[in-house]
Amino acid sequence: MNRWWALCLLTIASLLGCVAESDHPRATSNSGPPAYGDNLIVGTIGEPSNLIPILASDSASHDVAGLIYNGLLKYDKNLQLVGDLAESWQISKDGLTITFHLRKGIKWHDGVEFSSRDVMYTYRVTIDPKTPTAYAEDFKQVKSASAPDPYTFRVTYDKPFAPALASWGMNILPSHLLEGKDITKSPLSRKPVGTGPFRFKEWIAGQRVVLDANRDYFEGRPYIDHYTYRIIPDNSTMYMELKAGGIDMMGLTPVQYQRQTNSKDFLVRFSKYRYPSSSYVYLGFNLRHPLFSDKRIRQAITAAINKDEIIHGALLGMGQTAHGPFKPGTWADNPGQKDIPYDPSLSIKLLAEAGWQMNSDGKLIKNGKPFQFTILTNQGNDVRLKTAQIIQQRLKRIGIEVKIRVVEWASLLSQFIDKGNFEALVMGWTITPDPDLFDVWHSSKTGPKELNFVGYKNQEVDRLIEQGRSTFDQEKRKQCYYRIQEILVEDQPYSFLYVPDALPVVSSRFKGIEPAPAGISYNLIKWYVPKVEQAH
Amino acid sequence: MVHYLCKRILMLLPLMLGITLITFVVIHLAPGEPVEMQMAMNPKVSAKARERMREFYGLDKPLHIQYANWLGRLAHMDFGRSFAPDNRPVIDKIKERLPITISLNLVALIIEFGLAIPIGIMAAVNRDSLLDKGITIFVFLGFAVPTFWLALLLMYLFGVKLNWLPISGLHSLGSEQWGALQRFWDMMKHLVLPLAIASFGSLAGLSRFMRSTMLEVIGQDYITTARAKGLNERTVILRHGLRNALLPVITLLGFSLPGLIGGSVIFETIYAIPGMGQLFYMGVMARDYPLVMGILVIGAGLTLVGNLLADIAYAFADPRIRTGKN
Repeated sequence: MNRWWALCLLTIASLLGCVAESDHPRATSNSGPPAYGDNLIVGTIGEPSNLIPILASDSASHDVAGLIYNGLLKYDKNLQLVGDLAESWQISKDGLTITFHLRKGIKWHDGVEFSSRDVMYTYRVTIDPKTPTAYAEDFKQVKSASAPDPYTFRVTYDKPFAPALASWGMNILPSHLLEGKDITKSPLSRKPVGTGPFRFKEWIAGQRVVLDANRDYFEGRPYIDHYTYRIIPDNSTMYMELKAGGIDMMGLTPVQYQRQTNSKDFLVRFSKYRYPSSSYVYLGFNLRHPLFSDKRIRQAITAAINKDEIIHGALLGMGQTAHGPFKPGTWADNPGQKDIPYDPSLSIKLLAEAGWQMNSDGKLIKNGKPFQFTILTNQGNDVRLKTAQIIQQRLKRIGIEVKIRVVEWASLLSQFIDKGNFEALVMGWTITPDPDLFDVWHSSKTGPKELNFVGYKNQEVDRLIEQGRSTFDQEKRKQCYYRIQEILVEDQPYSFLYVPDALPVVSSRFKGIEPAPAGISYNLIKWYVPKVEQAH
Repeated sequence: MVHYLCKRILMLLPLMLGITLITFVVIHLAPGEPVEMQMAMNPKVSAKARERMREFYGLDKPLHIQYANWLGRLAHMDFGRSFAPDNRPVIDKIKERLPITISLNLVALIIEFGLAIPIGIMAAVNRDSLLDKGITIFVFLGFAVPTFWLALLLMYLFGVKLNWLPISGLHSLGSEQWGALQRFWDMMKHLVLPLAIASFGSLAGLSRFMRSTMLEVIGQDYITTARAKGLNERTVILRHGLRNALLPVITLLGFSLPGLIGGSVIFETIYAIPGMGQLFYMGVMARDYPLVMGILVIGAGLTLVGNLLADIAYAFADPRIRTGKN
């Protein structure tokens, strides 16, 4: 009888043990060795639109396509270009010709071998006028392209073109499935075939996209067997799915990062990461508007804005101040560059020099007119709205009256930006890994619907931009970009405000994540879940 | 009757044409273009690429030609291809979402009517009693509480805290390998919260409507007569009262027909349900003209058919309408 009881107790104890283990895997087991298996479920707000990457311009499509396809080159964890489908590449002495040596033995997911023919096809279809793509511009700089043998691809340019290398990071498409067909009607847009670490499995519209590990991937089989991209359009719902275990990874908002994810329980189950995102937010001035044509005015406004206060108020500290158009910590950015400091007395002095005097009501007046303008920003971005509101408060203190107008994206573009019909706006730019500034800052890009919509024209900046893009020598380019930053601080065409942080959170059963300047996803194929912790 | 029917059906055609014309103009009046939405703020897009895109979508042609082209395609039941980057046929995009929305709305409609009618009767019969007031408070609470807020609270309670119900979506991961019954049960569990939220909100209007028509009927002479005959209260209310009170409610049901294909954006977004509401909203935001027009045309068509059915039902019920004599 005694033995019987002991056995019962033992059974109960082991049952309890099991329960505890499945609830808190980390509590009982330390990370085991890398193992194959499990499913990484990533939450996303937007659904991909088209998995042929040259036809899509939304980030969700490129996120998924990036796992299925490869480019010739890619950025490594330190944002340096390295070979991907190309084993190596050479730039001719005159900088005009780039020769890519392709890896041998790479297979498309359907088993056909990858060759230079695929690269040639991708180049041709991208520049084909019938292809509705947003990515033809860089490829159009190519004067001639040739594929002398299946493992060599060569392109020649009219003049040395530094962004060319980055442009060959474009995902290469399978020519054997697309050549001679209308790419816009190809089934590949919903059932892609690539060379990448994951192969496409299924796409259930509005719900999820599922990828399986490519066991024959040329950089090694990914440890994670399945990658599921779950579409959850509402951020609060996504956060609850995360807590309930329905997804393993998402991007947190600053409030979630700072206030809602610090419980012990949460930190045992999840790992939070934080690093600067590749984007910045700015207050842009319409330089054609008489109010802002004087650079002292722009300098005064920047001096009146406390950027730290904005980061604290709008981002809860999850960001850093911006002083130019480059990503902090990358080679093009000069970390020693100082922007105009927060100094309201300096603004008042500069404004007085420009003829604006404060009257008894504390308002700035020139020729009997008060200093007032409207800041536009797009609807649906709470952080930008808060940013505008904090700026409004600060400018009020030096006597400038600011109104804020939030406009739906389509109207903002067509009614205000394209027509140059604005005074100032709070907007953001994505920072590309290649620091070329031509499209946003060159004076030739100030036409309607072009990106230099604030109308910034500076001959020296033009020259430096052209110089910077016409050499492959990083040292020389760096000098150009350092000088541009100095000029931009002096000219203040924008008040550069901040670089927000990316705040991803991943279930802690995933190991092998190593944050780097490129973020965390660059080594996805090395992520793994130890055998005992695998959930799916 | 046949004459009346023919007249009604013939009248639908110009009406439909007018609807398409107005919607076409209105959607094109909205600032912005699909090409803009896809390409604006992208440093890699040149003006030429933009022009090419406009040509690709036929946006470079004058508006009346665009309309004629669109109408010509519609005559062959071709809704065209979406202006979104996927460039898929509009009808495919609608088809993959329509079954979900229709079945969800149908179930919600049944729940709504199934609850609102008894609630309304109970409130009317026990007019001004504690029960009536309690019901009023309850249904107005449902009417007044913001859907998204209640939805999130319920999600947190049942999904995160109690872990009884799934939070969002339609199926559990890996459910495709399960048996049919288990899959169905899984889907039902996913639908409990969305359906509860969807019906709770619209309970108020319907049950108040039912209550007022019922009250009106109860005051009629024939109810007094029925009571005087010595019928029991149950028969009086359910047979003599309800039948008459239901007529206007049935009309209301006819009007709900087009609502079946329309989804709610907020509720679909919160519960991550891939329905028509989201599709339409995204279409409008991206200025995806063919998609928006396609959904509107189907919606308008259903509205017209719903009205027609309601009229025919009336005609059957009321000879004065049928013969056109008053």
